[in-house]
Amino acid sequence: MAKQLMKGNEAIGEAAIQAGCRYFFGYPITPQNEVPEYMSRRLPEVDGVFLQAESEVAAINMVYGAAGAGARVMTSSSSPGISLKQEGISYIAGSELPCLIINIIRGGPGLGGIQPAQSDYFQATKGGGHGDYNLFVFAPASVQEMVDLIMESFDIADYYRNPVMILGDGTLGQMMEPVEFKTPQKRDLPPKDWATTGCAGREPNIINSLSLVAENLEQHNHKLQKKYKHMKEHEQRWESYKTDDAELVMVAYGTTARIVKSVVNKLRDQGVKVGLIRPITIFPFPEKAFAELPSTVKAFLTVEMSAGQMVEDVRLAVNGKHPVHFCGRTGGIIPAPAEIIKVATEIMGGEAK
Amino acid sequence: MAEMIFAGFGGQGVMSMGMMVAYAGMIEEKNVSWIPSYGPEMRGGTANCAVVVTADEIGSPIITEPDVVVAMNLPSMTKFEPMLKPGGMLIYNSSLIEREEGRDDITVIGVPANQLATELGNSRVANMVVMGTLLAKTEVVGTESIKKALRQVLPPHRHDLLGVNEDAIQRGAEFSR
Repeated sequence: MAKQLMKGNEAIGEAAIQAGCRYFFGYPITPQNEVPEYMSRRLPEVDGVFLQAESEVAAINMVYGAAGAGARVMTSSSSPGISLKQEGISYIAGSELPCLIINIIRGGPGLGGIQPAQSDYFQATKGGGHGDYNLFVFAPASVQEMVDLIMESFDIADYYRNPVMILGDGTLGQMMEPVEFKTPQKRDLPPKDWATTGCAGREPNIINSLSLVAENLEQHNHKLQKKYKHMKEHEQRWESYKTDDAELVMVAYGTTARIVKSVVNKLRDQGVKVGLIRPITIFPFPEKAFAELPSTVKAFLTVEMSAGQMVEDVRLAVNGKHPVHFCGRTGGIIPAPAEIIKVATEIMGGEAK
Repeated sequence: MAEMIFAGFGGQGVMSMGMMVAYAGMIEEKNVSWIPSYGPEMRGGTANCAVVVTADEIGSPIITEPDVVVAMNLPSMTKFEPMLKPGGMLIYNSSLIEREEGRDDITVIGVPANQLATELGNSRVANMVVMGTLLAKTEVVGTESIKKALRQVLPPHRHDLLGVNEDAIQRGAEFSR
């Protein structure tokens, strides 16, 4: 199929539909409104269901119900709306149900603004709701990558019986880029024999996250942790850019990673040896990317549209071997190349040279 | 590589101008990106979009030092002229902007876009007049690609306007020669 010029938010919708998603439950919020708008138009064409719920809480519980019945289902929101959905997300994770959740982040905290931010990193990667659980989280950097990852996400969600989150920001949702809808590599998926599809001729299936016997609940937690461990071992994804002889490695994801890539090219033109690690999964965090760096590396610089939430994961991955610096903007401001170059040059002048 | 900002007030067609350039770049198998400014905007205030067209991979789709600024009204010119790269190009709508002092390290082209469009019988194609100038003065994308893009951006029930849009492109190109 030929390339189309598509807005990020609309491409999200089309990718989901092509991956077999037939149910969308949501509630409007800027800057992701084109997702429900697109779904409201397209889902009826493929005999799917689009429903604008009365609230985010209702929407996520509809997702819970549809996922429990074995459907491919998604919801989409932006930061404050995702906060409202956390109770339901915890229930879905606890009940081990597959679904896709889109968060097109806006500046916070509170109602915040509507401009792009990455300040929901902690919420996305450390659980978000109550209890010991993790989402599988992708952080795409272009509309094409977002499409590719969404098309894969439903398989991953089914494979692990776990919610998958796509973490984008307002820029990615609003921008237009050429996209191509390619058939993703399929995973071998077990039948959904746990789904509540009507129990005629079999024992009833029960979808539940309540477990009042402590020993049983602990066993369930062990099972969940084993799943997250498996993700950490097998699913880390990242892009390493010009790290081969790098002295300073910058770490950035999503839109910010693209700005940093331009910065890397500019600094390389000046003879400064910098590179980039771009996490594509942020849970599991790509620790392996750090293990394979050359011995030329002397320092790290994390660049984010937040107050430095990813710094912790980078520090854990670097494990005290090198200093980890931070450069970022908050509130909906996108860091400009010039300010990143300034910080990088200072670090190189002070430590790396 | 070309990094461009198209700016004006709502209704002047700056978003679709940028979108057409992005489409045309895609038709020419270049890498393209288009980002609208979005945010709380004042009614009658400025709207703008940033477009990158390049043979290389696009790093940042966000533009801080454009090669070209198209300004359809005064607030847009005031806002974006200072950002232009030295040696860059400012194309402004001289029907609405009385330009006085400005930078001398850039190329400046004034086009009476509203006036020329009105002469063509449709004031709404002022944006395409400016497009014609852009195409004549830069090598961002080819005119033929823009004509193809026009068919994509205009919905089918508006294809009766293809002719006047193409005339506007030609008028803008002729004016700047």
